[in-house]
Amino acid sequence: MNKNPLKQNLKSASSFLKDYEASPQPDLDTTKGIILYLEGINVSFDSFKAINELNLYIKQGELRCIIGPNGAGKTTMMDVITGKTKPQSGTAWFGQKLNLLTMDEPQIAQAGIGRKFQKPTVFEALTVNDNLMIANAGKKTVWHTLRHQVNQIEQEQIEEILLLIGLMEMRNESAAILSHGQKQWLELGMLLMQKPQLLLVDEPVAGMTTQEMDKTAELLNSLAGKHTLVVVEHDMDFVRQIAKTVSVLHQGSILAEGNMEQVQNNPKVIEVYLGQSTTGRNVNVA
Amino acid sequence: MRRMILICLLWMITNLATAALPDQFAQRLAKGSLTEKQQLINEMIKENDASIQPLFTALVEGNLYWLDTNSTLAIKQDNQFINWSNKQVIDLPKNQFKRITINNNIRQLVAQYQLQIKLSSNTIPTRRNAAKALFGHIQSPSQINIIVERLALEQDSEVKQRLLEALAFAKLENCQQNECLVLLTQLSNVTNPIFVQKLQQMTSIEGSQIVKEKAQSLLDKLTQKKAMYEKTEQVYFGISLGAVLVLAAIGLAITFGVMGVINMAHGELIMIGAYTTYVMQQLLPNYPGIALILSVPAAFLVCGAVGMLIEISVIRYLYGRPLETLLATFGISLLLQQLFRTLFSPLNKAIITPSWMQGSIQVNDFLSLTINRLYVIGFSLTIFIVLLLIMKKTSLGLNVRAISMNPLMARCLGVKASWVNALTFGLGSGIAGLAGVALSQITNVGPNLGQNYIIDSFMVVVFGGVGNLWGTLIAGLTLGLANKFLEPITGAMLAKIMVLISLVLFIQKRPRGLFPQRGRAVEG
Amino acid sequence: MLTKYFNQDNGRYVLFCLTLLVIYLVMANLFFPTNSLFYVGNQTIILVSKYLCYALLALSVDLVWGYLGILSLGHGAFFALGGYMMGMYLSVQGENGSTTLPEFASFINWQNLPWYWMGADNFLSTLLLVMLIPGLVAFIFGYMTFRSRVSGVYLSIITQALTFALMLAFQRNEMGFGGDNGLTNFKYLLGFSITSNGMRVMLLLITLIVVVISYLICYQLIKSKLGKVIIAIRDAEARVRFVGYRVENVKLAVFTFSAVLAGIAGALYVPQVGIITPIEFLPLNSIEIVVWVAVGGRATLYGAIVGAFLVNYCKSLFTVWFPDEWLFALGLLFVLVTLFLPKGIVGLLKLTHSKKPQLKPQEASL
Repeated sequence: MNKNPLKQNLKSASSFLKDYEASPQPDLDTTKGIILYLEGINVSFDSFKAINELNLYIKQGELRCIIGPNGAGKTTMMDVITGKTKPQSGTAWFGQKLNLLTMDEPQIAQAGIGRKFQKPTVFEALTVNDNLMIANAGKKTVWHTLRHQVNQIEQEQIEEILLLIGLMEMRNESAAILSHGQKQWLELGMLLMQKPQLLLVDEPVAGMTTQEMDKTAELLNSLAGKHTLVVVEHDMDFVRQIAKTVSVLHQGSILAEGNMEQVQNNPKVIEVYLGQSTTGRNVNVA
Repeated sequence: MRRMILICLLWMITNLATAALPDQFAQRLAKGSLTEKQQLINEMIKENDASIQPLFTALVEGNLYWLDTNSTLAIKQDNQFINWSNKQVIDLPKNQFKRITINNNIRQLVAQYQLQIKLSSNTIPTRRNAAKALFGHIQSPSQINIIVERLALEQDSEVKQRLLEALAFAKLENCQQNECLVLLTQLSNVTNPIFVQKLQQMTSIEGSQIVKEKAQSLLDKLTQKKAMYEKTEQVYFGISLGAVLVLAAIGLAITFGVMGVINMAHGELIMIGAYTTYVMQQLLPNYPGIALILSVPAAFLVCGAVGMLIEISVIRYLYGRPLETLLATFGISLLLQQLFRTLFSPLNKAIITPSWMQGSIQVNDFLSLTINRLYVIGFSLTIFIVLLLIMKKTSLGLNVRAISMNPLMARCLGVKASWVNALTFGLGSGIAGLAGVALSQITNVGPNLGQNYIIDSFMVVVFGGVGNLWGTLIAGLTLGLANKFLEPITGAMLAKIMVLISLVLFIQKRPRGLFPQRGRAVEG
Repeated sequence: MLTKYFNQDNGRYVLFCLTLLVIYLVMANLFFPTNSLFYVGNQTIILVSKYLCYALLALSVDLVWGYLGILSLGHGAFFALGGYMMGMYLSVQGENGSTTLPEFASFINWQNLPWYWMGADNFLSTLLLVMLIPGLVAFIFGYMTFRSRVSGVYLSIITQALTFALMLAFQRNEMGFGGDNGLTNFKYLLGFSITSNGMRVMLLLITLIVVVISYLICYQLIKSKLGKVIIAIRDAEARVRFVGYRVENVKLAVFTFSAVLAGIAGALYVPQVGIITPIEFLPLNSIEIVVWVAVGGRATLYGAIVGAFLVNYCKSLFTVWFPDEWLFALGLLFVLVTLFLPKGIVGLLKLTHSKKPQLKPQEASL
């Protein structure tokens, strides 16, 4: 069914993305060139410190990879940025003006931060088309949603994304019957429909074939620049494919930062990973 | 002829038996003039014979009669006449008996004598009670004399204190300013309602200003004390209601709180527990106390079995679908209700409260604690502690907690989830049964019993924080206290409504209850 | 014009059958002599009217439960509130459009009605209140619960507590709603006798029209983009937030709308049965509504209507044949439907008629 629309859509995808702009956010002020500031963030669950004095700065248009062993606090960090978890202390700013800690999830989403979850969550009772439709950027109040009619431009956008994620043939099928990889793609598609400034992508290639992985890498690479991306991934090959800057998260704070080579040769990182490698995790440091 | 002799013999024997009261005494008591009677009684008092005490009591209370045809004295008791000499019931019409009349002099004479007897009794409690009863009941100077005499001899400090207070109160009737003040100081610890009345009277009538002020200050102190004890009583009622709520909710804290199964039939399991008590008492009609004790394990087993049956037949297929579990168990609750309505009739059943659970403990004049509630509080706390130990110390508890945290992982580690679930559900249900046994002692036992507790129980568990036994305990007690403190202000029904509403508001402020579980698992 | 709304859904068959049934009943009642074989008595008219009210109520529950995923165990409260609003109007109606004191006021020696009876003497304001009061209660309740993200079983229990608290409140004589006895002995509606034949038939027709219109509105709502968001909230509430929708606002809007529908159902119900008491607030009633929806089939709208008719028809039969056993039947129904018929009768029929798989694990696990 899904023989290889991926490859054949590859070119159209990158050409399409050339004029695929993030929707402008009037409140987002990135004059200093930094889109996300996390400073002194602390999150603890009872006695367990998930995030410990975390400092992280993301430049606008950058593609940042975050790696780190399990329990390093990657997902919790995303929870903090998207408003799901409130930290005990610290500050989180989106641009110069938007204090993320005073906003809730929909506000943050509308301000231009999109998130793809580790476990792909699509709306299974809806068709693929409808999944993309409700994710589309625009006013999302109850009244607007009720009165909303899909117009020509919107339908074309949806179709472009459908093409891009290779689900054109499945557009009228319910999302429940998609495979794991297809769900990943659908969620990426929904993320694109949101036209966010900052994309948080949690393990985008889990459950994908090498081919699909290549395509994802290309997609993410082509998004960088106009968008800012933060990608959490375990698969080192994939990280190597896309990463310009890598941050290593360990026990809730940044252990090392730099390009792939610097990070790989960092003795602290090696120690952390080698210490972990006995647990059989699929890590490839050397 | 032989019969005549037999009767004569019998008569002689009975006469011998009551030698303390020779025949002519009885004759004189019945037929003599009042002065003659007084003399006679004086003589009898001098004999100081304990065995004729009942006679005196009957005389003073006007229950002593003379039966002319038999020439015997009779005591009227529960509308029956009992022969004084041989203690047999005399079955003769009422008009044959003549009451023995006395005057005030005689009455006083006897009362003093009786007082003397009681005050010189060998057992301390008798003396204490007698001294306590004296307060506000001293009528004559001769009584005062007796008390003063007794005070010189008395060893027990409490009896002494009581006697002094009684004396002081008696003197208060007729005192000068300074004397009054001294007396009032002596009486400052008395809580007797008679004294309160007297103080109110003293503050309202004409008299010395200083005495009035003193009386007023005492009165204020007493009202304060009374208010305090009333608060104490409210606290007691609140705690006992709270204990009931805890009892009703704690089974739920296991099934809903720890396992996450929402069991709307929980109330009906409580009802089954109460009916088990009823059935046990029917099986052992003569031993209601033993039946009650036996129904504790019986109810646990019966309700545990019913609970396991419910788990195995229905709930097992609905894990992970809480709303559907809710509906299915609601259906079960309807089934069980109707079943018991059909089996036992829709009417309430009478449960016998054994004698050792009846009555109340009189702490002082303002405060008395009913014993059955005391038992319920104790029972509830015991169950709570046992349950806590089971959850913390046994392997069942460990398995249950493991399954509730991560069912898949627990199964991978070899925990037999289905079996543990059934057992745990049985445990929670069994505890509901125990709650039923306790509730049968303080509320009506009928098919609707469970309905009255189910919403409250859920509120307690949710309020306390799901999955937290301590939370359940504190939430139950808090709700009980809140209810009982609101009741006098707003009335019972409005109090309940207000508690419900404030609970709803609370849950909105803190959706995870008083003591929430935290961590990544519950965040998701 | 109407067919446009129906042509994708089995709902049209259901509504068509209902309309046929009502037309037949009206004809048979009005045009056949009383002794005729085809004559339909007033009792049947009232019964079908009642079922239609229940159907509307079921529709409102299906909206919040089937689509939004909120299992409300307190929708009977909104039904009862609407009913009380109508009952208040009816109980002050005297002959020829005059107003009187309701009966209960004389029992507790009230000369005047409290201020909150204001508006009960006017039909138009009553119509407004019928929708406003349940809507307002639902709005306030929803505003507080949804904003603090109370959901799932907790929400269900709180809704049950809501209706329970309202029942206790309305049982109080001092509340001024007739206490335990409620409001009854209605005589006139808009100056016409409420027990007359014509009025009965009229009410039946009005009820049918209201049900049809409500169905169409609900159908439109579900087919709109908002409808898709509603379903998305049911399946993955947290995810919808990250897409940028204010989940609590959507829930609030739908919950309030649903309560208004329930209130209208109650207002239509009361003049036909002639009484409204605090018993309508009984938590059991609210849960029964959920069973109608479950039996009919969740998240289909017309399934709710089918379920309401079916279960209540069975109830009517049962209470004649075995008056005491209805609770047995109801209890069994609860258990069997949740265990074996998660998609209801409608789902069963669909399953046998279509090739597409209808049961998806995620949907069934709500």
